[in-house]
Amino acid sequence: MSSVLYDTPGPRAKRRNLLYSALFLVLLAAGVWWALSMMAEKNQLTAEKWSPFVTDSAIWTTFLFPGLGETLKAAGLALVIALPLGALLGIGRLSDHAWVRVPIGAVVEFFRAIPVLVMMVFASAMFVQFTTIESEVRPLYAVVTGLVLYNASVIAEIVRAGILSLPAGQTDAAKAIGMRKGQTMRYVLLPQAVTAMLPALVSQLVVIVKDTALGGAVLGFSELLFQIRSITANYGANTIAAFTVVALMYIAVNGLLTRFAGWLERRLRQGGKSSGATVDITDIDTELGGGVAEEVAVRKGHGTGT
Amino acid sequence: MQFRKTSAALAAVATLSLTATACGSSSGDGDKIVIGIKYDQPGLGLKTPDGKYTGFDVDVATYVAKELGYGADKIEFKQAPSAERENLIRNGDVKFVVASYSINDKRKAVVDFAGPYFLAHQDLLVRADDNSIKQASDLNAKKLCSVTGSTSAQNVKEKLAPKADLQEFGGYSECITGLENGAVDALTTDNSILAGYAAQKEHQGKFKLVGLKLSDEHYGIGLKKGDKELRDKINAALEKMKSDGSWEKAVKANFGPANYKNEPAPAITEK
Amino acid sequence: MFDFLDNPQYDLLGAFWVTVQLALYSALGSLILGTLLVGMRVSPVPLMRGFATTYVNAVRNTPLTIVLIGCSLVLYQTLGITLAGGDSKTIGFRMAVLGLAAYTGTFVCEALRSGINTVPVGQAEAARALGLSFFQVLTLIVLPQAFRSVIAPLANVLIALTKNTTVAAAIGVAEASLLMKEMVENESDSLLAVFGVIAFGFVLLTLPTGLLLGWVAKRMAVKR
Repeated sequence: MSSVLYDTPGPRAKRRNLLYSALFLVLLAAGVWWALSMMAEKNQLTAEKWSPFVTDSAIWTTFLFPGLGETLKAAGLALVIALPLGALLGIGRLSDHAWVRVPIGAVVEFFRAIPVLVMMVFASAMFVQFTTIESEVRPLYAVVTGLVLYNASVIAEIVRAGILSLPAGQTDAAKAIGMRKGQTMRYVLLPQAVTAMLPALVSQLVVIVKDTALGGAVLGFSELLFQIRSITANYGANTIAAFTVVALMYIAVNGLLTRFAGWLERRLRQGGKSSGATVDITDIDTELGGGVAEEVAVRKGHGTGT
Repeated sequence: MQFRKTSAALAAVATLSLTATACGSSSGDGDKIVIGIKYDQPGLGLKTPDGKYTGFDVDVATYVAKELGYGADKIEFKQAPSAERENLIRNGDVKFVVASYSINDKRKAVVDFAGPYFLAHQDLLVRADDNSIKQASDLNAKKLCSVTGSTSAQNVKEKLAPKADLQEFGGYSECITGLENGAVDALTTDNSILAGYAAQKEHQGKFKLVGLKLSDEHYGIGLKKGDKELRDKINAALEKMKSDGSWEKAVKANFGPANYKNEPAPAITEK
Repeated sequence: MFDFLDNPQYDLLGAFWVTVQLALYSALGSLILGTLLVGMRVSPVPLMRGFATTYVNAVRNTPLTIVLIGCSLVLYQTLGITLAGGDSKTIGFRMAVLGLAAYTGTFVCEALRSGINTVPVGQAEAARALGLSFFQVLTLIVLPQAFRSVIAPLANVLIALTKNTTVAAAIGVAEASLLMKEMVENESDSLLAVFGVIAFGFVLLTLPTGLLLGWVAKRMAVKR
């Protein structure tokens, strides 16, 4: 399979690509070797810093897995609350009445413009001052509040884009058979828009999972990243090892979610919900960026949602 | 057909997130005592991977609890991060807090203290082979590390060595890594905390305390405002701990080597 | 209620100026890195494709906090890379820019990749028929058109970047959110005012960016 960006390599081009590959490999290896030898020189690669993650299962059961649990709990809660809220806001923003549309638009734009971290800090401070929420769950509440406020407004935009991506004929047809606005939304537009939105929603979950880590850094919410504090306190400041392991855990979890999103997207496309174009997704190399062909297929098929 | 698949997928997502949230909250027993400690401070209060707690604060807390009539199996430890200590006490989430809690007037307006049970000083931790830092003003040409927004860092920056090159991180471990690698020259905070790090088996012989007394930190046991009865009981327990030698033993056990000379047990002032 | 603004202890404008600088330098860095990455991702050299894909997938899935602390802890504290020396504060700032660019670059790469795909196949085919090499096809024909079609998504990436600068507080960069945390601790009786001021600052930074780039996107769009 070749890309439209370059000719199918002949013998000379193949040799040249091989040469570039080798050069690139040498550069990369030299960089990695230099970094590793520097780290070894500073005793950052010693077994005593890294081996606990392999030899001591307690490090996983006491710190890392409970931390991951908290991360997923906060992310799950945030998504479950933000989803209906976001859907309402998204639909509200499409309303025919200006008195609904305009304020909702302002709210959505406002919360999209403010950093999640700022909202979390603020939510936590508010909870301390004006509520009696127990200190045990307060960080969780603050993190979820921040995530919900931000993600509801993002989801609102996803929903709006999903509905707007549907062909105008759908609304026209619904009107023609005498449906009211609410009916059109409920029976015609939303079911189709949900299909178009799902992958974007799952991708948003990746963002939420990553953002829970902010709660650990600023509020002491005991999620995965925060466990590094306890681990490094117990195993002699093995910070680099601990950050590496935790980063790999995030990459694994988010990689799975991304993969799920990709699978979902393919499934939904194969179902061929939209009229017209027939899209054969299987010959599109999404992993390695098959080049121009990919998006052409996408464009013939659907709008991409967002 | 298509719609059903979609809703099934949605349902799956929803169930996933719901099961993730299903998690019971533990409630304390009536005959237990809940004590707030630090979880991430070697030498003072540390949660170890096997779920146990070690450190000087933990030893003091255990001793006091025993004197109050709670055996080791009746103690429930709770994490008390610095910013949360007042809230924990005020809300009654903990009976008392033993968490490197310096007595000062601002805090005394909100909570009551028993003790003090320990006198710490702000000090510097340097590499064992580094003899170039002897007093605080030597820091002017050095790289200093502390945690973001800590009072120790402000103290150095404003009074002791205004030209010090201050690097701030979220936790002390990052500073230790920098110190280990020679990227920073000194780490500053209470000497009790520094000694705890220096005494860890991974750090034996690597770091030492300079032995400065840049501030006085009287560690007290924080408790609910106005609970005079409890305060008297805790003070009595602390007196006993000092007189029967347990105090000395706990200090030796937790702040071992690394040039750390502890102050004698302070007299109880919070009565 | 807003008395705290007169307190000389809080350098609000200074903090936001750091935020703006962080955002600008990181934006520049991430655009360059993103372009390089996308070039590698669609290149005929398999190893470069593999590297760019791995890099994008790994960094995009890591929380920014880890990326930033990693930059400071590994690059500066361990490998001794300071990018032209200076004191901890300036090095910390540079590390934050580096980390933000390394993180945002992956999103720029993804946006550009979908942008490349909006360029009609005929364009690249025609260029190849003229005998242009891959590098020429990419830089002369495809990327200029791709850039014009992804200004709107890039605007979103850059707005997200502006907000993400708040995470630089984790390595001690004195930007707006660090100041906010300090104000929240000291001014607990005017929380809403503190939040209002900081929120207003960010709205002021992100909204015009969005509007401006939205307008540019409309003007620059390739009419097909």
